[in-house]
Amino acid sequence: MTHAPTAHEERLAPGATALRHWAMPIAAALLPIVLALGVGALILLVLGADPGAFYYHIVRRGLLSWIGLQDTITRCAPLLLLGASLIVAFRAGLWNLGVDGQFLLAAVISAALAPALVTVLPVWLVLPLVMVVAMAVGAVWSLLPALLKAYYGVNEIVTTLMMSFLGISAANVLIKLPFDDPTTTVPQTETLATDDRLPRLFGSTINVGVIVSLAVILFIHWLMTRTSFGLRLRLVGANPRAAVHVGLPLGALMVAVFALSAGLAGLAGSVEILGVWGNVRADWNPAYGLMIIPLVFLARFNGIAVIGFVFFFAVLSIGGETASRKAGLPNYFILVLVALMLIFLALTEWLGQRRQMAARD
Amino acid sequence: MASRSLDPVASTAAPIVVLRDITKRFPGVVANDAVSLAVYPAEVHALLGENGAGKSTLISILSGMQRPDSGTVEIRGREIRIASPRTALDLGIGTVYQHPTLVPTLTVLENLMLGSSWRAPMNRAATRARLSEIAGLLGIALPEDAPLGSLSLGQQQLVEIVKALWRGESVLILDEATSMLTPQGVEDLGRVIGRLRDAGIAVLFITHKLHEAVRFGDRVSVLRQGRKVGELPPETLAELAPQEAIDHIVDLMFGAAADGTVSERSRAQREAAPGERVVIEVDRLCPTGSPAAAGDAGVSFAVREREIFGIAGVDGNGQKQLAEAIAGQRHADAGRIVLDGAQIEGLSVRQRQHAGLRYVTDDRLGEGTVSAFPVGLNLLLKRIGDEPFWRHGIIRNAEVERHARSLIETHDVRVPGPDTPLGHLSGGNVQKALLARELDAQPMAVIYNKPTYGLDLNNIRRARRAICENADAGVATILISTDLDEILELSDRIGVMLDGRMVGVVENDGDAARRVGELMIGVGAQA
Repeated sequence: MTHAPTAHEERLAPGATALRHWAMPIAAALLPIVLALGVGALILLVLGADPGAFYYHIVRRGLLSWIGLQDTITRCAPLLLLGASLIVAFRAGLWNLGVDGQFLLAAVISAALAPALVTVLPVWLVLPLVMVVAMAVGAVWSLLPALLKAYYGVNEIVTTLMMSFLGISAANVLIKLPFDDPTTTVPQTETLATDDRLPRLFGSTINVGVIVSLAVILFIHWLMTRTSFGLRLRLVGANPRAAVHVGLPLGALMVAVFALSAGLAGLAGSVEILGVWGNVRADWNPAYGLMIIPLVFLARFNGIAVIGFVFFFAVLSIGGETASRKAGLPNYFILVLVALMLIFLALTEWLGQRRQMAARD
Repeated sequence: MASRSLDPVASTAAPIVVLRDITKRFPGVVANDAVSLAVYPAEVHALLGENGAGKSTLISILSGMQRPDSGTVEIRGREIRIASPRTALDLGIGTVYQHPTLVPTLTVLENLMLGSSWRAPMNRAATRARLSEIAGLLGIALPEDAPLGSLSLGQQQLVEIVKALWRGESVLILDEATSMLTPQGVEDLGRVIGRLRDAGIAVLFITHKLHEAVRFGDRVSVLRQGRKVGELPPETLAELAPQEAIDHIVDLMFGAAADGTVSERSRAQREAAPGERVVIEVDRLCPTGSPAAAGDAGVSFAVREREIFGIAGVDGNGQKQLAEAIAGQRHADAGRIVLDGAQIEGLSVRQRQHAGLRYVTDDRLGEGTVSAFPVGLNLLLKRIGDEPFWRHGIIRNAEVERHARSLIETHDVRVPGPDTPLGHLSGGNVQKALLARELDAQPMAVIYNKPTYGLDLNNIRRARRAICENADAGVATILISTDLDEILELSDRIGVMLDGRMVGVVENDGDAARRVGELMIGVGAQA
């Protein structure tokens, strides 16, 4: 985790107050988590569960056991790519809330394409090829909201959500009709053989997708903070009217942002299929996208901070499965914790702003 | 209600509202600068000023929407802090805002019941009685059970007035009340205002239309650039014939002619050796969205090197559209723009910048800068990706910082450092940074839109000097301003815009102030 961007981003020279610049945002980011865990503990008490045991099981399963840790790290891959996807969009001020549709559609296309292609092409060529196709699928699915936003000003929150529902339904149709594997009883695509999936690291169950996703999110962070392209996108996000005034092609940039963001969401779907599952079942929709949005906000759109939050969340969700089961609670209890974090994030943000305003008066 | 009628003598009584030295700053502008104002019972006080003169800020302070940075408000002789709109209502100050605040789908009666406490039961009979009482006072009739949206705009506004008087308010503020009315509606409103005054209510009538102020106001105060520049008490107003009053107020609104300064000398020098070469020529340009009538011939003018061409006019007469169309950020339906011999109307904003044209926008925070970005990047906003600040698209912070430091020093921008977010700067410094950015590009032609609007005197002088110096150095300058003083002080020639057309171009000689003033309010065009 590192300092948050917003007001103090792109500092040109490290000042004497560097410590405060780092410490304050870290504290501001961690405070909501601590508060959420505290209130979560109270809720657990009310539900008759032991909060100590609950949190202990989360840490033990999600972080301290080797099998659990491998699952945690593996889970990070799609979440990091979705985080990168959202950072691009949010920093450019565009609310691409359709990542789940883009993710699932790309996953299904990957699951249909990969087993078919390995029969004719070498695996080392098939895997990157499928990833590129998946990115294209995601990008294409974002084209309609992008064009509507860029040239007609239609609110992208509504259109991307709608396209997401359509994408999820379309993915379902694809699984049940053209891509259905006739040899299985449940509707699902054909399965990519374990040997043909993304290579695993050092005999663990962790696949190379994690490395890919780490590289991607670091690249995106660098792209957004250090390059002129990233600055143009941030200008569009921070003040679209200024972007017009200085002469940026607003429409083209918006379409590019959507394509990049949705492409990364598609890549996330592809990596999850090529690395972990090998096929898509008709009832599979992890909806990672909506879960990752609060984390991206907690990280204040900072790519490096997202890595930390994603790992934290992965521990929480992998460990939470066990902890919830042991406490006799539904799996969704983890979402309660994430929701609490977001509420406390908003509260600390609001209090911070009030303090700033009071200081200015 | 009738029982509250005051004796006609009341107009000589003590003021009911006194604003004393009200100052209110917003990031980038001083909206009100030590404004003092008194409102008397049984009197219509017309508050006149152009857009941005600070009228709305002043009434939002009086109606409890904003708090002043300094200055006091006295109600009935007592100093009071109006902390919220509710406090204002409790003090008997009712406001009719410029924009509708009622619900179109509810009936007139239901709309009037909205303001009561949410704990109190809805009482239709009492509401009806109160409505007829106020309607009687105003001399109007309203369809109580019709949905508000089915009423004419004039009637809807009467409902707003009824609502503003609902709790027996003794001060009524009308903010640009005539802006959406038909001429007939304005007549009706005038009658209602007269009855309110006769009933002893103090009316504060905000307008930017001169003749309305004279017609409705018993007393007229004029705001200009956040300062109160004059007041005509009832005695004076009664003595003057309407046209004399208007002339007098025009002087107050646009200021007397400028006195000699640096710019005067600069102008004399330019006059002695005028530029020969036409740098920018605008030919029958019809900006999209301009207030000009369809099929209008468009705006034409040419500016030579080292010349300052002033464009005067009351705000909202198409100046902004013209500037944006020349800069390329707005479409033009027709017309040509020639810069240095080459047609540029087909070029993009960026291409026009590269061709040597710069537009200094009047909307400094809205589009000119990005508040969240550091000053250093704001100074390079129009050069993103250019060498040497970016190499192969990757930022070089050392170069950005060096560039920022040099501009900050030469233009005297008061800022802790290049990495301070621009939003932390004062209005004057934002404008200095903006001018630094545009002039650093060494353009051939610059369009300035209201370059000193909202600045204090010191920064005004500094900005004007920068404009002069650059014109002397050869820049063809288009200076758009609603401040006639500024136009007269700086320009060599003056074009006047009215309703999206350029209604006249005059040389800036001794008589220019009168002729430009007449053109601005549409008198000169007929003569």
